[in-house]
Amino acid sequence: MDRGRLRRLSPNEWQIDPSGPMRVPAVIFADEALIDAMDDKVAEQISNVASLPGIVEAAYALPDAHWGYGFPIGGVAAFDPEEGGIVCAGGVGFDISCGVRTLLTGLARADIEPVKLALADSLFGQVPVGLGSKGKLSLGPGEMDAMLEGGARWAVARGYGSDEDLQRAEEDGVAAGALVDAVSDKAKTRQHQEMGTLGSGNHYLEVQEVVELADPDSAACFGLRQGAIVVSIHCGSRGLGHQIATDYQREMAIAMPQLGISVPDLDLACAPIRSELGARYLGAMRAAINCALANRQIITHLTRRVFGHFFPHAKLDLLFDVSHNTCKQETHRVGGRERNLFVHRKGATRAFGPGHAELPFALRPVGQPVFIGGSMGTRSAIMAGMGDGAEHAFASACHGAGRQMSRHQALRHWHGRQVVDDLAAAGIIVRSRSSRGVAEEAPGAYKDIGAVVDAAHNARLARKVAMLAPVVCIKG
Amino acid sequence: MTEGQATQFPHGADIGIRGTGTTRAAAFEQAAVALAASVADLAGISAADVVSIACAAPDDRLLLYDWLNAVIYEMAVRRMLFSRFEVSLQDHRLEARAWGEAIDPARHAPAVEPKGATMTDLKVEQMRDGNWIAECIVDV
Repeated sequence: MDRGRLRRLSPNEWQIDPSGPMRVPAVIFADEALIDAMDDKVAEQISNVASLPGIVEAAYALPDAHWGYGFPIGGVAAFDPEEGGIVCAGGVGFDISCGVRTLLTGLARADIEPVKLALADSLFGQVPVGLGSKGKLSLGPGEMDAMLEGGARWAVARGYGSDEDLQRAEEDGVAAGALVDAVSDKAKTRQHQEMGTLGSGNHYLEVQEVVELADPDSAACFGLRQGAIVVSIHCGSRGLGHQIATDYQREMAIAMPQLGISVPDLDLACAPIRSELGARYLGAMRAAINCALANRQIITHLTRRVFGHFFPHAKLDLLFDVSHNTCKQETHRVGGRERNLFVHRKGATRAFGPGHAELPFALRPVGQPVFIGGSMGTRSAIMAGMGDGAEHAFASACHGAGRQMSRHQALRHWHGRQVVDDLAAAGIIVRSRSSRGVAEEAPGAYKDIGAVVDAAHNARLARKVAMLAPVVCIKG
Repeated sequence: MTEGQATQFPHGADIGIRGTGTTRAAAFEQAAVALAASVADLAGISAADVVSIACAAPDDRLLLYDWLNAVIYEMAVRRMLFSRFEVSLQDHRLEARAWGEAIDPARHAPAVEPKGATMTDLKVEQMRDGNWIAECIVDV
């Protein structure tokens, strides 16, 4: 990134001062190496976000930020409805409520190693992955609406988990305020056979080993110990969320002139929070959050069944479930007063600090778990919300390593078969139907996750707790 | 069907698709071919079944957005892959046929799942040489 427009605020914080249509500054969290490697488009896109009506404080880009559409991926912005604030479908993203949940198996690497190949094959056989896969559950109209209102709670009521699971998810596993009538028939049809499916692209189910404890006390509170095996599931609201984003993106783009809004990029199409269209999108988006929560809950059930076959005593307790493509109504202190804001996080994880009232009681001493996903051969990280009383970027942290190479470039560098073989030689079992998909998702196509995690830690967005190394990776 | 060219171009995390042709309809057809090729090798997709698609929009750019999203929708709900398209346009109304077959994950090995067409760099233009270009970034 060209540093010409940037003013350095601290070793890990850079500001673009307001100019032209920008209403607030744009702030990028990154160290020198990350900022130099970051695409100039991130600066352009986060500056565009800073020009949106009703934006508060600043538009933020996190250390894993990369070029998206409208908002950069790794972007955070909050809007005040009292000041004409907007809601932006492109500020949430297509895969609404895409997120990660991590399960604690209670097993050690030595337990897994003898059955690793069979476990990988069984997970790959039981969890539907990739384009064209079907969930084992197809929902009729009444059940679809119940799922969209009930989220993970709906799934648990139908036998796909326990009440303890609900206590370990944001908002107890169900987003309030879902409007099923605001979800189009096309969106519901698209979801008809996709419950309990992982999807494609960067989505995965990974068996991981805890290989580093950066903060042993916090790790102990999270139930993590050196050498322990966990399972992380990364997926979202599937076709339903994609269709809701498509429907409302179009409707907002057409409605903006009548709503008196102009934006520098049509992917920032938006509507006032206090408008019929804005309220309808929020209701549909919350239904998609519930779909994602139910989807991850069903995949959790499938995963437990597979592990139960190999390890009858393994329980696979849920550590936590966090989404990283959302808009949530939250209270934050800005300008010396508490304000009711609509916080957009696109490729960004909420990161509440210790003591926050919305955290499960057992996690309050430590803060919210933040999951930073790696890519097949690379490590993942577990971090925790900061406890210094001064929240940054509306209590948000990054969500992954972030791509450093386009899919095109990745295909020129790697062949899928070679990637799978190289990883197998390193002890990592990858299962995927698509050799090309594996090449596009090759570990080298992503930024150095260690640098991203360190930048987030040093910028005090979240603190490092543990690092995880992949053992088995199921890719869509 | 008319002559044209389907290509892809790099975009950060997603995929850029470009269709060119001697007419606006040909550019739309080729944009859809580029979309289909981003998912799987077209040579392995037989034209066994045909699906009719129709859409309308206020302008050319939104029509391209709607067209590509309609193809994505049909792929998703019918669990099909397409390899060939025929488009006819009247102002900003589109009628099309798409040929393809049901997805066989083992045989087609689809690489990505298109989530939706975006409005970033959405372009429908007639170039100086008279040919048309239709471009879009697709979120995958």
